Amino acid sequence: MLQFTLKRFALAALILVVAVTVMFLMIRAVPGDPVSIMLGPRATPELKARLISEMGLDRSIPEQLMLYFGGLLRGDLGVDVFSGREVTTIVFEQLPHTLRLIFSAILWSAVLGIGLGCYAAAHPNTWIDRVAATLSVSFIAAPAFVVALLSLLLFAVHLQWFPAIGVGDGFWDTAWHLVLPSFAIGLSWVGYIARLVRASMLEVMGESHIRTARAFGLSERRIIGIYALRIAILPVVTVIGVGMGFLLSSAVFTEIVFARPGLGKLVIDSITTRNYPIVMGAVLVSTALFVISTAIADLINAILDPRARSGT
Amino acid sequence: MSVTLLEIDNLSVDYETARGDLKALRNISFDVNKGEIVGIVGESGCGKSTLISAILRLIAPNTRFRSGEVRFKGEDLLTRSESEMRGLRGGDISIVFQDPMQTHNPVIAIGKQMTDIQHRSNATKAEKLATAAKMLGAVGIPDPELRLGQYPHEFSGGMRQRIAIAMALMSEPDLLIADEPTTALDATLEVQIIERLKDLQRDLGCAVLFISHHLGVIAELCDRVVVMYAGAVVESGTVREIFHNPKHPYTRRLIECDPGHIKERARILPTIPGEVPDLANLPDGCIFRDRCDQAMDRCAQVPPLARLSEGHNAACWLNHAEEVA
Amino acid sequence: MADITTDAPAKSRSELSIILAGVVRDPLGLLGLIIVGAIVFSAIFAAWIVPYNPIAMNIPDRMQGPSWNHLLGTDQLGRDTFSRVIMGGQVALKVALPAIFGAMAIGLTLGMIAGYGPKWLDNLLMLLFDTIRSFPTVMFALAVVALVGPSLQTVVFVVMATSIPTYGRVARTQTLTLRNSEFILAERAMGASVARILGVHMLPNIIGVLAVLAAMDIPTVIALEAGLSFLGLGVKPPTPSWGVLLKDGYALIRQTPWLVVAGGLPIILATLGFTFLGESLRDVVDPKLRKNR
Repeated sequence: MLQFTLKRFALAALILVVAVTVMFLMIRAVPGDPVSIMLGPRATPELKARLISEMGLDRSIPEQLMLYFGGLLRGDLGVDVFSGREVTTIVFEQLPHTLRLIFSAILWSAVLGIGLGCYAAAHPNTWIDRVAATLSVSFIAAPAFVVALLSLLLFAVHLQWFPAIGVGDGFWDTAWHLVLPSFAIGLSWVGYIARLVRASMLEVMGESHIRTARAFGLSERRIIGIYALRIAILPVVTVIGVGMGFLLSSAVFTEIVFARPGLGKLVIDSITTRNYPIVMGAVLVSTALFVISTAIADLINAILDPRARSGT
Repeated sequence: MSVTLLEIDNLSVDYETARGDLKALRNISFDVNKGEIVGIVGESGCGKSTLISAILRLIAPNTRFRSGEVRFKGEDLLTRSESEMRGLRGGDISIVFQDPMQTHNPVIAIGKQMTDIQHRSNATKAEKLATAAKMLGAVGIPDPELRLGQYPHEFSGGMRQRIAIAMALMSEPDLLIADEPTTALDATLEVQIIERLKDLQRDLGCAVLFISHHLGVIAELCDRVVVMYAGAVVESGTVREIFHNPKHPYTRRLIECDPGHIKERARILPTIPGEVPDLANLPDGCIFRDRCDQAMDRCAQVPPLARLSEGHNAACWLNHAEEVA
Repeated sequence: MADITTDAPAKSRSELSIILAGVVRDPLGLLGLIIVGAIVFSAIFAAWIVPYNPIAMNIPDRMQGPSWNHLLGTDQLGRDTFSRVIMGGQVALKVALPAIFGAMAIGLTLGMIAGYGPKWLDNLLMLLFDTIRSFPTVMFALAVVALVGPSLQTVVFVVMATSIPTYGRVARTQTLTLRNSEFILAERAMGASVARILGVHMLPNIIGVLAVLAAMDIPTVIALEAGLSFLGLGVKPPTPSWGVLLKDGYALIRQTPWLVVAGGLPIILATLGFTFLGESLRDVVDPKLRKNR
C-alpha cells in the first residue's frame, strides 16, 4: 500500500512538472515581449525590471525554467501588478470559497446520486427506472452555467426564494446562499453518478460472486448494501476525483453568475484588467488541485479495492 | 424413516422468451438418498443449470415451473416461501460452483466471507472465525489463520475452489450440490480436489449431487448416475450398471467418445454427429432421434423412462423390443 | 438474475440503415434525431429563415418583451432576439464541428502512433495527454484567452486542444487491442506495411468508436463556446451566439429576462438533443454496453 501511494504521488508530481512546463512554454510561445505579456500593459518600469532579473529573461530558456521552478517551490507565484501583493496570498484567499462551493455540490449530488442509482438498480426497467434514466441524461447534458442562469432567473429574481448574489454571513446565511449555486453545479453530477451507480450495480449484481452470496442465503440487504455496493462504488470514487476538473470549471461560471468570491471571479476579473500573473497563478493552483484530487481518488480506490494495490 | 433426501418428481421447467418457450426441463425424475453421491452427466444445454437453479430456487425472472415437484426431506420446495428457501441455502443445501476465479467477492477478505455465511449460527465472531480456520485446514489450505485475512486474488484457482468447498461444507449440509467443480482446473488439481471431496463426504455423511461431463471422475466418485440430454433424463442407474451396461444409445456414445475410454490410437477421435436440438423448437418423438445411429420408426413417439431393473431406468425403445406388436 | 435467452439468426441489411433503425426505435434517440435535425436545418438555412437581420440595431424598438412582431423580444440594442437565436445555432455549429473534427483527426493520428509505435513514444504521448487533461478545461481556456485575446479562432483552438487527449486515448486503446488481434498479425505476417495496416485495417475499426465519442462531445463543445461567450471571452460582437445572448440578458436581468431564456433554452435543447442522439448511437453501435439496460 505504501509503495502504491508513493508511486501514485510521484506520478502526480511528474504531471504537475510537465503541466507547469507547458504553461511556461505557452507564455513564451506567444509572439511579443514576454514581459508585457506576463505583466500586461499596465506594468511599471520597476516591475518590469524586477521581473526581468527575477526570471532571468536575459538568460537562456532552460535557465529561466529552472528559476521558475525554483520560485514555485518557494511558493512564489509572482506579484500582482496593481497591489504588489503576492499572487500566492491572493489566490489562497479566494480558494476556500471555491472549495466550499465544490464540496457542497459533490456532497449533495453524491448522496442523492448513489441513492437513486441503487434504487434504479434494484428496480430495473420499471417506469420509475426509465423516468430516472431520462432525467439523468437530461441533467448530465444541461451545462451547469445555463442551469445556474435559469435558476437565478426563476428562483432568485422572479420567485425571490433565494438570494441572487453574494456569499452570506454566518453559518445559516452562508448555507442559504449556497443552495442555488451548489444546485446548479451538482445537478449534472446527480445524473452522472446515478447512472454510473445504476450501471455499475447492475453489472456487479450479474457477477458470479453475487450468485454465490445468494446461494448461501445472505439477506438481500447485505448483498446489495455491502457485497455489491462495495464494488459498484469504486468507479464513483474515480469519477469524482476526475470530476474535480469539471467541477472547477462549473464553479468558475457559477461564481460569476451569482457574484460570489472565489477563483473564478478572481480569474475573470484579472483577465479583464490584464493582471496576468494572477491569471497564471490561479490556473496553476487549480491545476495542482485537480492533479492532487485525482491522486487522492486513486488512493481511496486502492483502499477500497484490494485488487488495485497490486496493479499500477 | 425415509432414506430419500431429494426427490425430483416429474419436473418440467420452461423459460419464456421472445422466440417462444425454451423447454429446458421435461418431466425430470430422479432421487438422491441420504449420504449418497449421485452424478449428473450431460453436455451443455442438457438442463443441469436449470435443475440446480430449480432446486435452490435461484431463478431468472423468465423461469416458469410448468409441472412437478422438488421434494426435499419430503416437502415440496417449490411451494416454500423465499425466506424459507433462504434458510435452506447454505444451510441444509449447499453448492460449489464451477468457476473458482469469480465465485468469491473480490473486495472482502476470505475470513469475513466465511463468517458472513455462518449467519444462522449463534456463535461469537471469534468462534465463527475458528470454525472457518478449521474448515480451511480440512480442505488442505496451509496456515489457515493467516489466510483468513487475505483476499481471493491472493489465492490460486485450485485454492479458491478448496475455499469454496470449505464454505459449502461448513454448515454440515444434508445435500451438497457440486456444479462441475473441477472443470476449470487442470488434471492434477482435479485429482486432489476429488480425493479431498471424497474424504470430507465420508466424514460428514452428506449427500452429493455431482454434476460433470468428465466420465472418469463420475466413475471414480459417484454411487449412482443420471444421464441427461437436452432437458430430459435418458438413463439413470448405479455407476456399475451405467458404465458396464448402458441401455441408451446416448450413454453408449458418451462412453465410447470419452477420451479416457479410448483404448486404441485413432486418426480421428470419435464424436457424436449432429447438434443439440433447439429447445424452443423441439422435434417430435425421442429427443435423441436425430443423432442416434439406431433410430427406428417407433422413435417418432417419445419413449418413457422405463424401469429396466432395480435402480436402472432408461428411455429408449430398443429396450422394449419384446413389446413390439 | 437476468433473463435467459438464446440468439436468433441474424438478418443482413446495410450498416447505416441498421444503425438508423436502432436509433429511431429508441424514443429518446428519435427525439434527439429530430432536435438535431431541426438545429442543423436552421443552422444551414439561417440566412433565409431569420425574420430580421440578427445584427441590425433598431434602438426605438429596444428592450421589448416577446410579441407577435418579435417572437422572443428585442435586446438592449433593438436587435430581434429570435433571429439572433437562429443565427446563434449556426455559430455554435461553426465552432463545434471544425473543432471536433480537428480534434478527432489529430487525436486519432497521435493515438494510433502511440498505440502502434515504440513504447517510449507511447509513454511520452500519454504523459502529454494526461498533462493536458489535468488542466481544468475552463481554466485552460481562460489562460489561453488571456494570452492570445478572445476570438472565434481562439475558442476553436482551445476546444480542439482540450479534446485531443480524449480521442487520443481512445484511439490508442483501440490500436493496442487491435494490434495483437489475429487479423492484424496475419497482415503483418504477409508483409503489409505500417501505413497499410494503420490506414486500411485499423482505421475503420477505430473511427466508429471515435464517431460515437464525437457525437457525445458536441454538447460539451457547444457549452464551452457558449460559456466563453457569456464571459465576454468568446466570439466578438456583433456575432450572435447563444452565450452572448445570455451575457446581454444577465447584464440587464431584471429588465430583459427573456434574453436569458432565449439564450439558455436553445443551449439546453441543443445539448439535450445531441446527448440523446449520441447515447442512442452508442447503445446501437456497441451492444455490450446495452446489457445493463
